[in-house]
Amino acid sequence: MDVTFQFDWQAAFASIPHLLTGIPYTLLISFAGLAIGFLIGILFGLLRISPSRWLRVPAVAYIEVFRGTPVLVQVLFIFYGLPQLLGGPINALVAGIAAIAVNSGAYISEIVRGGVQSIERGQREAGLSLGLSRQQTFRYIIWPQALRRMIPSLGNQGIISIKDTSLFSVIGVGELVRQGQVYIATTFNALEVYLMVAMLYLVITLSLSAALRLLERKGLVGQ
Amino acid sequence: MNQPTSPSGGERIVRMEKLNKSFGDLHVLKNIDLEVTPGEVVVIIGASGSGKSTLIRCINGLEEFQQGELEVDGNPLKPYGKATQALQKIRTEVGMVFQQFNLFPHLSVLDNVTLAPMKVRGMDHREATDTAERLLDRVGIADQAAKYPTQLSGGQQQRVAIARALAMEPRLMLFDEPTSALDPEMIGEVLDAMRELANEGMTMLIVTHEMGFAREVADRVIFIHKGEIAEEGPPETIFDSPQAEPTRQFLSRVLKH
Repeated sequence: MDVTFQFDWQAAFASIPHLLTGIPYTLLISFAGLAIGFLIGILFGLLRISPSRWLRVPAVAYIEVFRGTPVLVQVLFIFYGLPQLLGGPINALVAGIAAIAVNSGAYISEIVRGGVQSIERGQREAGLSLGLSRQQTFRYIIWPQALRRMIPSLGNQGIISIKDTSLFSVIGVGELVRQGQVYIATTFNALEVYLMVAMLYLVITLSLSAALRLLERKGLVGQ
Repeated sequence: MNQPTSPSGGERIVRMEKLNKSFGDLHVLKNIDLEVTPGEVVVIIGASGSGKSTLIRCINGLEEFQQGELEVDGNPLKPYGKATQALQKIRTEVGMVFQQFNLFPHLSVLDNVTLAPMKVRGMDHREATDTAERLLDRVGIADQAAKYPTQLSGGQQQRVAIARALAMEPRLMLFDEPTSALDPEMIGEVLDAMRELANEGMTMLIVTHEMGFAREVADRVIFIHKGEIAEEGPPETIFDSPQAEPTRQFLSRVLKH
């Protein structure tokens, strides 16, 4: 049997307008989830290094649980499991954002902890010796430096979370992969369409990488 | 102002009585008695690990002590002292210069100097900038104000650190081996800035290995040996006719070369 497969560029390009309708969902879940995850990460990352055991233990528990379980299981739990507890359905988009938030939050907690702990002890001592309070020392001296050191790791986490949103096709969110599946169901051009899906992810993640490089270069002035 | 007075009637900026400090099992400061009067320049010398840095770090609460009494400019610091109001007040009135400079690398030289006056004293930006420029000029680096610390030499960085501490108008300046991390050719410029400060009447407590400088600027030299004050007195006495055996041994080692 002579199988000569012809890659159908026309079909590939024809799928793009449809695939693009998934991008707003992918971006919304990613960035809303990461924004909340960043806030969670700051909070739990700082609790994690608190001198109080009562603050440290819950933070460690949170980090281990959400870092140690798959994000797919987390979103299934939120979308299908939580409604049984709450007595009402959860919007798939909300479930996706929540899953990215709690999952990235656990990783970002560790990034925040590492960043803050990487600042030399002398910086804190210099701040305190000038009469700044502990809070002021953190806010004006430790945090700005820690944040700069955290940028590469935060960027890494951002890219991972963006790709994780592709799993949420299973709960029916109309994000990029879901739109691809829907399109293939009528045209059967799996190769072409998934290649385009992959390209679109690459466009998003490469843009983020470029933006971070710019930010890092700017942030490193004077370091 | 309500200043503590000694029985002899003089004002004291630092009054330390039977101060004891341990790191775990290591007893680093033993029954230290120390008084510093306004305008006095006291130089602390001693071998590495003798406890001299720890001693001055107790004065602004960077180290806590376990026993004894400590009063800085009338503010009492308690053993195991946590962040009390008295400690806060002490820190705003006591400047410190570190061996490793500890400038804030994310802030320009100017912002390094204006940060504390603005955030702690509530000084407005204009006034803080004027003060900072005046101080930077005084330590000879007015032209570097817009640069970042890492763009400066070690000697320049340490002079910025001095200006940064002076911006809080301290009643007392602590120097913790300010020239030990510097290349030899930069030591002079930092000592010059300190000498000028001493001549202007600043009260200073200096830990250093620069014996020539100690002899020249100190009103009083304290020799610390194994966590205890082994000997103290005017520089001529300490350097020319030391009484205690540990002092003699230490000086013969450091003055030989």
